[in-house]
Amino acid sequence: MKILKIFIVLFLVTNFSELRSDEINDVLKNKILKNIRCLICQGQSVYDSESEFASSIKLIVDRKINEGLKEKQIYQFLREKYGDWIIYSPQLSKNTYILWLLPILLFLIGGVIIQKKIQKKNEK
Amino acid sequence: MNNKFSLFVIIIFLSFCFVIFYKGLNTPNTYTPMVNDKKNIPAFKAKDFYSNNYVNSDKIFEENIFYIVNIWASWCVPCRAEHPLLMELSKNQSIKVIGINYRDNFNNAKKFIGDFGNPYSRILIDKDGTLGIEFGAYGVPETFLIDKNKDIIKKFVGPINQEIVNEIKLIIK
Repeated sequence: MKILKIFIVLFLVTNFSELRSDEINDVLKNKILKNIRCLICQGQSVYDSESEFASSIKLIVDRKINEGLKEKQIYQFLREKYGDWIIYSPQLSKNTYILWLLPILLFLIGGVIIQKKIQKKNEK
Repeated sequence: MNNKFSLFVIIIFLSFCFVIFYKGLNTPNTYTPMVNDKKNIPAFKAKDFYSNNYVNSDKIFEENIFYIVNIWASWCVPCRAEHPLLMELSKNQSIKVIGINYRDNFNNAKKFIGDFGNPYSRILIDKDGTLGIEFGAYGVPETFLIDKNKDIIKKFVGPINQEIVNEIKLIIK
């Protein structure tokens, strides 16, 4: 009886963990699909689109996840095929450095202005 | 002094914004794919249209010649328009035309080939559109020119026209 109980517990645990891994894959898949632009749609992600292009991309992403590719590797694969535009969050490259560095630059300029103002106030 | 510094910062900032927006106005906001980027052909396995056997990409592109890969479907109206041009290209000895039958019904595709002629030395089946994605395609029709180094040197989105055919002929000369 005890052995049967252990067996049932082990069976449940292994089944639940399998379900969890599926769920993890689904979450990852949805995350990736929401970050891929449907190139033939107007302002839609692949996740939101029902177009043929989007459905093919969904199949490819699913296949790549099952092959064991990581999120970044899947983005890299798609970038090689379609360029940076297909991914919503762009990588830091020579085309996007202004996009990434501008907020930091503005933050620094703002900081300098504030510091100057404080200094001026203290001097008074 | 302080006022001059603030004015300087504001002028620099406004000029920067002006340059960014001016550049933005000059670039069209519709997406144009990077069609002329040299890429190696993807490694894939696909079903042959007639034999229904799987073939490897290295077997398909094994000859030391130029190849044209054309994505087509019987339901695609622009594919009918470009078909005579593909027939014309297929007569050229220094090029082979490979067809990728995209999300199509086998009988309809067979009828299409029967009605309009077969320019393809081999037809591959792409039932779910994933083979097209491997090539970086957006849909149908789409045509890729592959050189002797097995690099995709040109990509034509949409139906090909006489101008494109002339361009291809000039490249493969």
